[in-house]
Amino acid sequence: MGRPRIASARNGLLRFGCMMLFSVVILTVHCSRANAIPAFARKYGMPCSACHEAWPKLSPFGQMFKDNGYQLGNDRDAPIFQSPAYWPIAFRITPNWHLENSQNLPVVSTATGNPTTTNVTTQGFDYTGMDILTGGTLAKNFSFLLVPSSDELGSFHMESVNVRFDNLLNSSWLNIKVGKFELDNLLSEKRILTLSENGGFYQNYHFQPWIAPGQPSSIYVFGIGDNQLGMEWMGHSKDDRTRLSVSFLSPTDGNPDFINGIGTAAGNTYDVYIAGSRAFEAGSLGLQRVGGFAYFGHTPTFSKYTYDGVVPVGGTGSGNEPYYRIGFIGMWYLHKLDVTTMYFWGKDNAFLGTGTPGDGTALPDGAHAPTWNGGLVETHYTFNPQMIFINRYELIRMSQQALSSNPGNTGNTDALTFGFRYYPFINSRAGLAFHNEYSIVWQRNINVNPVTLLPIGLTSSSLMFGVDFAF
Amino acid sequence: MQNKMLSKLCLKVAIALLAPLGIAAQDLSAPPAKPNPNEESHIGDLTGHAKPGAALYYRYCWGCHGARGNGDGENAPYVTPTPRNFVAAVFKCRSTPTGTLPLDSDLYNSIVRGFNFTNMPSWIALTAQGKADLVAFIKTFSARWATEKPGTPIQIPAEPKLTMESIKHGGELFQKLECWKCHGQEGRGDGPSASTLTDSNDQPIRPYNFTTDNRSKCGRANQDLYRIFMTGLDGTPMPSFADVVKPEDAWDLVHYLRTLQYNNPSPELTLWESTPEGKAIVAAKRVENTNTGSGVAP
Repeated sequence: MGRPRIASARNGLLRFGCMMLFSVVILTVHCSRANAIPAFARKYGMPCSACHEAWPKLSPFGQMFKDNGYQLGNDRDAPIFQSPAYWPIAFRITPNWHLENSQNLPVVSTATGNPTTTNVTTQGFDYTGMDILTGGTLAKNFSFLLVPSSDELGSFHMESVNVRFDNLLNSSWLNIKVGKFELDNLLSEKRILTLSENGGFYQNYHFQPWIAPGQPSSIYVFGIGDNQLGMEWMGHSKDDRTRLSVSFLSPTDGNPDFINGIGTAAGNTYDVYIAGSRAFEAGSLGLQRVGGFAYFGHTPTFSKYTYDGVVPVGGTGSGNEPYYRIGFIGMWYLHKLDVTTMYFWGKDNAFLGTGTPGDGTALPDGAHAPTWNGGLVETHYTFNPQMIFINRYELIRMSQQALSSNPGNTGNTDALTFGFRYYPFINSRAGLAFHNEYSIVWQRNINVNPVTLLPIGLTSSSLMFGVDFAF
Repeated sequence: MQNKMLSKLCLKVAIALLAPLGIAAQDLSAPPAKPNPNEESHIGDLTGHAKPGAALYYRYCWGCHGARGNGDGENAPYVTPTPRNFVAAVFKCRSTPTGTLPLDSDLYNSIVRGFNFTNMPSWIALTAQGKADLVAFIKTFSARWATEKPGTPIQIPAEPKLTMESIKHGGELFQKLECWKCHGQEGRGDGPSASTLTDSNDQPIRPYNFTTDNRSKCGRANQDLYRIFMTGLDGTPMPSFADVVKPEDAWDLVHYLRTLQYNNPSPELTLWESTPEGKAIVAAKRVENTNTGSGVAP
């Protein structure tokens, strides 16, 4: 009786290890921040506060500038009007001190060698990855964005690589973007105002349901907040009050080189993302905006392998199964106070939800297509362009588990983040913010207690003080 | 005798020395008007207020126009033409006669439109209330708004029917009024006086190049061109022709100037190109143009 129990506990630890690795990958890929670009401020001689309510969060003017292909539209946008010494490049990085705490972590006791759970607290000085931000116009209505981004260890990836063709046929409704880019998310994760390990991304944007406690989703990786590879049509009214976009995307979550194989999530299908919003004025309260978005994804569930059965062959992904993400968002301004609200709905096909390859393998007993609902309330109080207070609460509630044997609340998540950023100076050359943040995340029944083998939750928190600067 | 002359000389010197003090004393007795910190603006049904306008100004505008509104923002040395000095309260784009203050709606429209070929972009993304508040705050920089009223807007008669005669007469006026001295014979802004022109800040200023775009600084409609003739662009060498050009002649001039914008389709250009003479001239101009990739003709 004891041996299977230990084996099961080891399996649990193995799953936990996989989960942690998965989390590290997710955070490494997803926490790359981008866009507060002093190079634009230098080019146009404008203070950061013109385009950013508090950088990196865009103001309506900054959103219009971006939607116009990084152009102000006064026929001074083309590089021919710049001093030849002008170089459209900026850097951003955040030295910081942070404290991380995790509770109920399954571990192996160093004293007894037996599995157990523990609380882990660690703290110290650190720094974030670095973004190299370069973008702007190549010529009138031709623009680009290139963001090589490193993790903390200096390993680079391309966060953004895209070229834009704007105002085609002299219409603001015809703009094309090709390459790797952030989806047209009203609530931009690349301009998130929180940076910590737990608060530096939107839980709703990256949530994938758990197959079972201790068994995270593994058949594909996707985050609506991740930059994706594809082509986007975007149109907007002259005043940017109405915005629409449709994107056709490779289902690789923004990872390049699919032809050489990165597992099963490669090639042979395309995803579609649709977003739209409408802003309206409410007197002196400010500009209110409501919108919606929908992501229709497909991903292969298996692929052919080399003869030794080890390496998946790129481009052989088969057994496509769908997944969906739909959301509605409102951005409400009450003078200096603004509140963003979001409703989120997600569904994975049962094969994706249970990690079952669609090659004829039968679904496990009690398999369902997992579905869930999510919500977000993010509040900002912009005391002035130099001081912003931030608060965010997110929740995710499973409405249908992938396996009927799962506890009904497996994967349910609550996340609370608050903090403030102080910008000691505002000018058109560089930016610096003293960043202060606390974030805590509760995830229900995502692990297995290695002793009792019962599902347990995980609580993680971050405290962060940093100096976020861009120049 | 000599003493008497010496006394008179001393008296004159004393008067000369004390005179400035007297003037100064006179100035002190009548303190200069001060700007009204609670200015309002009125654009249609909107009422703008200076206080919320200040918050917007110190978010969006101070980098160029300066914290005190006198155009000396940190970026001003790098901006050509120099940013508007709100303390002087001299504005180019007005619907009011030269030398007078503009209407609130003139300032509002300038914020909406921006100024082509300058660093001033369109702020159309701001809310209407925000733009009205900005106008109110801009008015707090100058005492002129406290002591003067905006001028009476000029009347723009209905545009007469477009004819070849109108275009040709406009061309004659272009010569007669010597517009070509600054704007050049082909409207490229390269007339013989162009290189000598300065604005009210003693900064070099280039005459408008009609061949580049159909957006002049003060708008793209025919009425906007008409208004520029009649109001002038205060603070620049472009004078008002209200006293020397009749309304019907001004419309002829508008029609002619449209034919100089050979890269922008317009009824005037179409009519002009329908004649062998016009077709040949426009074709020759287009051949001379080179695509610089900037969207602007050289």
